[in-house]
Amino acid sequence: MSTTTTLAPVLSMTGVSKRFGAVQALKDIDFDVAAGEVVALVGDNGAGKSTLVKTIAGVYSPDGGRIVFDGSPVTITSPSQAQALGIATVFQDLALCDNLDVVGNLFLGNEVLRKRALDEVTMEQESWRLLRELSAKIPSVRIPVASLSGGQRQTVAIARSLLGAPKVVMLDEPTAALGVAQTAEVLNLVERLREKGLGVILISHNMSDVMAVADRVAVLRLGLNNGVFRVADTNSQEIIAAITGATTNAVTARAARRAPQEEQS
Amino acid sequence: MTTSQTPPSTDPTGAGPVPSDLQDERLIASQGIGGWASATWDRVRSGDLGSLPVVVGLVLIWGVFYALNPLFLSSRNLVNLTVQMVPIGVIAIGVVLVLLLGQIDLSVGSMSGLAGAVVAVLFVNQGLNIWVAIAAALVVGVATGLVYGMLFNRFGVPSFVITLAGLLVLLGLQIRTLGTDGTINLPFESGLVQFASQQFLPAALAYVLAVAVPAVYLLTRLNTDRRRSAAGLSAQPLATVALRAGLLTVLLLAATYVLNRDRGVSYMVVLFVVLVVVMDLVIRRTRWGRSVLAIGGNVEAARRAGINVKRVYLTVFTLCSTFAALGGVLAAGRLASANQSSGGADTNLNAIAAAVIGGTSLFGGRGSAYSALLGILVIFSISNGLALLSVSSDVRFVVTGAVLLLAVVIDSLSRRSRVAHGRA
Ligand SMILES: Nc1ncnc2c1ncn2[C@@H]1O[C@H](COP(=O)(O)OP(=O)(O)O)[C@@H](O)[C@H]1O
Ligand SMILES: [Mg+2]
Repeated sequence: MSTTTTLAPVLSMTGVSKRFGAVQALKDIDFDVAAGEVVALVGDNGAGKSTLVKTIAGVYSPDGGRIVFDGSPVTITSPSQAQALGIATVFQDLALCDNLDVVGNLFLGNEVLRKRALDEVTMEQESWRLLRELSAKIPSVRIPVASLSGGQRQTVAIARSLLGAPKVVMLDEPTAALGVAQTAEVLNLVERLREKGLGVILISHNMSDVMAVADRVAVLRLGLNNGVFRVADTNSQEIIAAITGATTNAVTARAARRAPQEEQS
Repeated sequence: MTTSQTPPSTDPTGAGPVPSDLQDERLIASQGIGGWASATWDRVRSGDLGSLPVVVGLVLIWGVFYALNPLFLSSRNLVNLTVQMVPIGVIAIGVVLVLLLGQIDLSVGSMSGLAGAVVAVLFVNQGLNIWVAIAAALVVGVATGLVYGMLFNRFGVPSFVITLAGLLVLLGLQIRTLGTDGTINLPFESGLVQFASQQFLPAALAYVLAVAVPAVYLLTRLNTDRRRSAAGLSAQPLATVALRAGLLTVLLLAATYVLNRDRGVSYMVVLFVVLVVVMDLVIRRTRWGRSVLAIGGNVEAARRAGINVKRVYLTVFTLCSTFAALGGVLAAGRLASANQSSGGADTNLNAIAAAVIGGTSLFGGRGSAYSALLGILVIFSISNGLALLSVSSDVRFVVTGAVLLLAVVIDSLSRRSRVAHGRA
């Protein structure tokens, strides 16, 4: 199951483990992503995907293992350190401040200053530029994010991660709350990030999305590596089998049941 | 997917390109003063009340007390009112800060009492320079806040428990500091007492300030609007800005006129208002202030945004205790004495109630430094008005308690309404 990438990884981790009390959320995980590559991270609910993302993002510190970023070993102890390295994250639980407006959330922790005071004009202008670039449909950037829809909040969170020129972008189920058009926008965006030479880690439950944009698919199952596939050499069935851990499973059984019915009608 | 790019939109009136923040077709156009008024009304209806309830409340309270005893609105009484409220008002500024973080400091009363005791002992008993004594009192405030912040960051104990313990410790220190005397009187000629009770702005200077402050406001607004227009963003209509500046001028001139008919505007009041304005700017316009609001809104989001959350907690607890110490120093100056009950009784609750009544939410992330000013005006209007009616302190406690309860209920209701209207 080893896959050789032609590109040097910008982020690679070996033997990373994380335990929450009695739950071994991650065990000996190997994972890497190269510059200009989209790696999809898939797995059932509770497989440990979000935990892996948060470990890379500095939210959790791993119990063991090695992380190499840009050629040098690093210990990521805080979210700000991850950001400083160039790792941007869109968390599954978006982590926006409901009481702040869109501009405030976009620039939180990276505010633009002018004479030591917040430069609201420049930040607002920049917000519009960024949101237009993402074709975001947000009526006003001066309303608290609490008043935005799920998809709009998602867009704000994604736009937020792109400020400050990251090298690696992690998106934890970015399309779960989105409509058809916005999902397509996010996938376009992922491709644009790849073209810009960023490493992208995309978590998604949607196999067609994964097959559409990813270069490789890494499967987690119950906190363990369960295979890495090149999208060019695989198909959805193979990946679903790795996710569920069996060749016959609920998904294939369902497909088999449906096939004869469709022939009858 | 290809979104059809909207053609460069133009103003329906044909006056040129629409600012980039007004291009979304779902935005309900609100232009001119009428638009501003209707937008404000919409905000209020959705539960974003801001300082509206307290302003309405203040007008009502003044009306009622004036009807019961016209002396309430006499210049003499209003000057008394402005001077009385300052020490606890200064304490309330610090309380606003901790509330914005979603925390609380229950020990501001005894902090102020201890600070008063330190000033009195060092200045009167030890014969030190008054400035040295004041500085020492403020240092005690800083140290107390640092301890709170470190305990909070290190052990994660809820702030109300830490500061409740602090309340007792500080009270003990206050009694010990005062020693056997129990009460220390500050000499009437000392600078602190003079400043806190005897010194007023020259009448002419007060009028100049009453005009200059709105002028500065107008100029900064116009400057911002110019930058916004240059950046392709919408600017507030000139009429709205001018109207606001005009209203502010009328308000300040009227207040100055009324106060100047008696002794005038006390230096201590000027100090208080300057502190409020400065803290308001710090909260709204600096990176640190933005961090405070962010932590009050969602501490995990703030942490993940790379904000040094612990440092913000530490600085806010420190500032709060320092404001409490400053309030205690001013109280000692105003009363020309420090004793065992300084900062006791209702000081603590009045300071906290002022912040909440003024419109700072107990739930964190929402409020402004101005709530210290507005809230303390309400509380001291009530106690001053009741005192004029020769009502005893038992009634005063009950009334102030009822007003506080009302403010908290309004806070909770408006929070619920904001959730329902998507402004939580
Ligand atoms: N903060 C936490 N504390 C305790 N257990 C956790 C925590 N976060 C995740 N877990 C556990 O770790 C496992 C993996 O969770 P998660 O990474 O969120 O899965 P996924 O994102 O793949 O659905 C789950 O069993 C979950 O209950
Ligand atoms: Mg998850």
